[in-house]
Amino acid sequence: MSKGLPETRTDAAMSELVPEPRPKPAVPMKPIGINPNLLGYIGIDTIIEQMRKKTMKTGFDFNIMVVGQSGLGKSTLVNTLFKSQVSRKASSWNREEKIPKTVEIKAIGHVIEEGGVKMKLTVIDTPGFGDQINNENCWEPIEKYINEQYEKFLKEEVNIARKKRIPDTRVHCCLYFISPTGHSLRPLDLEFMKHLSKVVNIIPVIAKADTMTLEEKSEFKQRVRKELEVNGIEFYPQKEFDEDLEDKTENDKIRESMPFAVVGSDKEYQVNGKRVLGRKTPWGIIEVENLNHCEFALLRDFVIRTHLQDLKEVTHNIHYETYRAKRLNDNGGLPPGEGLLGTVLPPVPATPCPTAE
Amino acid sequence: MSILFRNEELRNLSLSGHVGFDSLPDQLVNKSTSQGFCFNILCVGETGIGKSTLMDTLFNTKFESDPATHNEPGVRLKARSYELQESNVRLKLTIVDTVGFGDQINKDDSYKPIVEYIDAQFEAYLQEELKIKRSLFNYHDTRIHACLYFIAPTGHSLKSLDLVTMKKLDSKVNIIPIIAKADTIAKNELHKFKSKIMSELVSNGVQIYQFPTDEETVAEINATMSVHLPFAVVGSTEEVKIGNKMAKARQYPWGVVQVENENHCDFVKLREMLIRVNMEDLREQTHTRHYELYRRCKLEEMGFKDTDPDSKPFSLQETYEAKRNEFLGELQKKEEEMRQMFVMRVKEKEAELKEAEKELHEKFDLLKRTHQEEKKKVEDKKKELEEEVNNFQKKKAAAQLLQSQAQQSGAQQTKKDKDKKNASFT
Repeated sequence: MSKGLPETRTDAAMSELVPEPRPKPAVPMKPIGINPNLLGYIGIDTIIEQMRKKTMKTGFDFNIMVVGQSGLGKSTLVNTLFKSQVSRKASSWNREEKIPKTVEIKAIGHVIEEGGVKMKLTVIDTPGFGDQINNENCWEPIEKYINEQYEKFLKEEVNIARKKRIPDTRVHCCLYFISPTGHSLRPLDLEFMKHLSKVVNIIPVIAKADTMTLEEKSEFKQRVRKELEVNGIEFYPQKEFDEDLEDKTENDKIRESMPFAVVGSDKEYQVNGKRVLGRKTPWGIIEVENLNHCEFALLRDFVIRTHLQDLKEVTHNIHYETYRAKRLNDNGGLPPGEGLLGTVLPPVPATPCPTAE
Repeated sequence: MSILFRNEELRNLSLSGHVGFDSLPDQLVNKSTSQGFCFNILCVGETGIGKSTLMDTLFNTKFESDPATHNEPGVRLKARSYELQESNVRLKLTIVDTVGFGDQINKDDSYKPIVEYIDAQFEAYLQEELKIKRSLFNYHDTRIHACLYFIAPTGHSLKSLDLVTMKKLDSKVNIIPIIAKADTIAKNELHKFKSKIMSELVSNGVQIYQFPTDEETVAEINATMSVHLPFAVVGSTEEVKIGNKMAKARQYPWGVVQVENENHCDFVKLREMLIRVNMEDLREQTHTRHYELYRRCKLEEMGFKDTDPDSKPFSLQETYEAKRNEFLGELQKKEEEMRQMFVMRVKEKEAELKEAEKELHEKFDLLKRTHQEEKKKVEDKKKELEEEVNNFQKKKAAAQLLQSQAQQSGAQQTKKDKDKKNASFT
């Protein structure tokens, strides 16, 4: 049985003559591992159930942004992902009234429920991105929106009387739609991702992947990956945030198969006696959820079933913290690492010693 | 750029198929499991009331410690951390003990170290939260999640020390009152004792921890358990054979008190409430209620205020800026003062040094003069000496001359004499 290490203590003098010394916060010493399984069941593992119940009661927020040129199938894909009409497609393309002059940001929220889990899903659409003739700086409104959400959260966090649960409108995931040219990334794609991969989790997807054959697909993906690497663009899951070996191997596999080549559809057809989501063409039915046809299922599993929570956590623990640190630094001119209550005094400039005559 | 956020239109959508986000709680839980959980319990009670034994019994293990003496000069807190693991859940458990509580003759300040300790943990968390570069997600949380207050089994009522201490702690921590060594009270007296305690707590406005009843799955069990507060517990790490099993119990000549028998004591209820049902709620209450209260008071104390909605944002930062400028201004003033003082001192020292230099010069001149005089004297003496020597030489020369003359004349004389003699012979 391992012995506990010597204790730390907080002393207090009882005498009224000597002022009480400020007690040192008792820093717990390095914990000793004790495995009580041999001795009887305590019930510590019930905390998982307790936590699960609590989170199911409060519900979850998830904010996903879709960026890409018009007509790449953004709305359809989001509807397919969440199996409901979360995003209204740009209806019949009327040239005179449909091209917005600048990039608009449209955020629409819905509440969806599955298996007792309530999720407030917000889809942020960016109509007008890349649609003008001159697309310089068209990512700026998007970057501004993302930073505004961080700012909102920060303001709430900095309040004296804080809300019990700060509403989270920060963008957790940004799906970037790459046009399936088959050649390489466009300069606009690179510029956007370069600017935004530092502030938000970017997941690049190849849209309308049913225009490429299997070989074309894999070549294109390789080229895209190479280009992203050469330009120093880190898409989600970022290599630098892999926590341990297990994470790394799992994420490496995912990174190798990204960007996912997807096809979206909200129409169902009968295939082999089953009703599946797909696109009907004269030469066959493309099944959306068939891994042989496209990688939609991989994207869905990745974003929703395994990494949803991780997307939120990376946004909160890393992107938001980066924004906060930068903001506080700019505002207060404090050296990094020092906070409000522990300011380091600026060094007193040395007065030149008057020379003795 | 226009942002359209149709919040009011938050409608419920129905899903046409399985999406898969019902795995979200599992994803969340997996993350937490890999990081591990923290749970910190504070045990407040007199020496010898059974705190360590109860902890050993609750967690099925022997936390090594020497029993405290009754001679402590004051109350001090002893914190120890342990890492427990059950299936895939790792728990960092910290047990904080109050050593010497209730032993002093004058117990006026007994509660102070406890309050200070709790505040210090809040402070540490607040400091971390206010840092620019912070890492809250792997911060080792030392804030006290539950305070077990051990009431002595007198059978009468609460002691005044108990009331005072609990009143001071109820806004800072989740208090769960328990009656220790409950095997010394008979069943009928126990019921009266419990009601007396609860009514005293209510009449004194002490807020103890309320088991949450808002969620259906736990509401029922929490409600039934609340009725039995404060829990009358018995702790024991020794096992006694009962029937054909070994069970934790205390063996007396008149019978065996079984710890896990609900007819004998409320230990099982305590364990249920503390660990198996409400551990997460205790942690949440600590963070969202007690910590927030501390934070609010502390920041208000420091002079920060929330600005109203139409003022500029980032009130905290601006107030801080103002304070910082004020502080820097003071610092500059101090610097000026110091500089002036320094200059003054330098001047003084210079004057002193000049004085000293002058003195030295004078001394030097004096010495020089003296030296000159001495030299002169020596020279004079030398001259005198030389004169004397000259004189002496002269005299000597004169004397020699005389002598040689005398000799010559003498020699001549002798020669004359000799000649005369010789002449006389011829």
